[in-house]
Amino acid sequence: MEESNKDGKYKFNRREILKSLATIPVLGGLAYGWYRKLQYDRLRNSKLLSQLNLTASPPPLKKSSGEKIRLGLIGYGGRGNHLARAAGFAHPELISSWKEEARENPTDHRYRDYMEQEDLKLEVTAICDIYDIRANNAIQAGANIHRNPSGGEMGKAPIRYKTYQELLKDKNVDAVIIGTPDHWHAPITIAAAKAGKHVYCEKPMTWTVPETYDVVNAVKESGIVFQLGHQGRQNESYFKAREAIEKDVLGKITLIEVTTNRNSPNGAWVYPIDEEANRSNIDWDQFIGPAPWHDFSLKRFFRWRCWWDYSTGLSGDLLTHEFDAMNQIMDLGIPASAMSSGGIYYYKDGRTVPDVLQTAFEYPERDLTMLYSATLASTRKRGRVIMGHDASMDLSSNMIINVDRDSDRYKEQIKEGLINPDVPLYTYTPGQKQVDAITSPTEQYFAGRGLLYSYRDGKRVDTTFLHIKEWVDCIREGRQPSCNVDQGFHEAMAAHMGTISYHEKRKVYWDEGKQKIV
Amino acid sequence: MKYTTWQKTWLLILRLSIGWHLLYEGLAKLTNPNWSSVAYLMDSEGFLKNFYEWMVSSPGILKVVDFANIWGLIAIGLGIFIGLFTRVAIIAGILLLSLYYLSHPPFVGLEYSFPSGGNYLFVNSILIEILALAVLFKFPTQFEYGIDKFICKSSKN
Repeated sequence: MEESNKDGKYKFNRREILKSLATIPVLGGLAYGWYRKLQYDRLRNSKLLSQLNLTASPPPLKKSSGEKIRLGLIGYGGRGNHLARAAGFAHPELISSWKEEARENPTDHRYRDYMEQEDLKLEVTAICDIYDIRANNAIQAGANIHRNPSGGEMGKAPIRYKTYQELLKDKNVDAVIIGTPDHWHAPITIAAAKAGKHVYCEKPMTWTVPETYDVVNAVKESGIVFQLGHQGRQNESYFKAREAIEKDVLGKITLIEVTTNRNSPNGAWVYPIDEEANRSNIDWDQFIGPAPWHDFSLKRFFRWRCWWDYSTGLSGDLLTHEFDAMNQIMDLGIPASAMSSGGIYYYKDGRTVPDVLQTAFEYPERDLTMLYSATLASTRKRGRVIMGHDASMDLSSNMIINVDRDSDRYKEQIKEGLINPDVPLYTYTPGQKQVDAITSPTEQYFAGRGLLYSYRDGKRVDTTFLHIKEWVDCIREGRQPSCNVDQGFHEAMAAHMGTISYHEKRKVYWDEGKQKIV
Repeated sequence: MKYTTWQKTWLLILRLSIGWHLLYEGLAKLTNPNWSSVAYLMDSEGFLKNFYEWMVSSPGILKVVDFANIWGLIAIGLGIFIGLFTRVAIIAGILLLSLYYLSHPPFVGLEYSFPSGGNYLFVNSILIEILALAVLFKFPTQFEYGIDKFICKSSKN
């Protein structure tokens, strides 16, 4: 078939050449099919996603600059030390353990992430904890300005004060981070505001209803910058969720369901008790403070969240995160009414706060109910779902929108096959291509609910760090942070309404005119 | 090798189908900005589980894996389709498909969260595609219907 020319090279006749290229036209078929598919996707996207073109993202991170802000740390327990390290002051032993774990597990990036965490230009000049061992740990963390592991070079040690009143008198303190039990949040915030110190306070904002008004007044009169510790505010997907709802992608929203699903002693606040702890190294009288007197109890000291005497229970500890997320996304404000039920059904360990709780918040003006349901005895995954007539949104660290099969708005597109209600219409996963290991079940729980990490420019960052950064940037620029005292007022009142309803076994109402719970 | 016309036809259809499949897999991944092999690799089981988990251990390695996967599929698919460096493409295809097979082997006692789209015991569609490639390796059509014809003739010279 082939012929050779004079040089001995093969010469192909036309038929041969055509045959050898015979598959190319079929390739054209594939290219055409692919082009059609891309067109179809583009059409589908442009039809559906023009309204869904969600462009919102958190404000870009710029480097914190300006004068050094001098911090006082008040309370250095479980949450207090997370706040300190988010501010850039991790205890040397913690850094050692991260380093060790990163060596054993290459997907454990906590050490790397911490070392890369931006320096917020802060200095810890004072600390206060009523338990000597934790106070010493706070001093070591505050002195760890070079982010060294154990044995490394330390900076100047902050002064330890035995009471917060003394700390607030220190002229070398510009701002305080409060990580105490709930019953101390308001008294310390009020005193700090009166002393002119800026405040970052852990949630919930208050332990009782009356002090809620006092906190708002003290903060507003003093003009300090106040940030309440709902770090979920920094979650990237919440910005998208808010935009989607503003663009009315979900249609009329009538029901929101938020949940807490935990099933471990740690998740149920049964924290370990330090062996070294005793009456001589804990200032028990100061711990009690505004709470009713009780004889010294290590259980009560370390597991204070289990007693109403110091805690706000599920409402203050976990409902508030869910409430604040929805308030951030939908500007819900204080509900018109709240109705709670539940009980101590699993942890019969002497606690007084319930381990199962349901609270229904009504918003008749918005035509919607927000239902909170919590258990500390099952991790069965129940989402955080916003239900609209046309679509529903699942919101955790990512965001998924599914069209409702009976939607009126998307009726035509469902009929044309452009929308399949069984397949998410929109999925948004921050840092989708990132891989990071998250370790303990409690950490996984928080991470799944967007309370631990978010992503900025494709990089994983601790949301608590972002929340503290926002606060210090606001102090330097004289701005108000996202979870300011007004947002805190909503959060505290909603939580108190839920708690009062639980205690009094009745529906409680918010009197908008009098700004009172009735 | 002398084939009858029908033998040639079916072999060519088989070659085109596998080429089409692999090429389109690559193109689809290329045009999906959110595609990554992370989830699939994390779901791996079997004796090479650790190896697949290593692939996702750092964003750097993962980037290389994703890139190699997308462009590997496109190059292999295209090669098989138009009959260019067909033997190399077939061997590379067998290797790549074997990596897929071994990350989710349908062995007794292994469970996956990724839907497989069927019920398999040892033999699944990936394995059959690997075997079909082996057949194509032994029963070439690219020297008549493929660009390899020119390369083959030129190199013989």
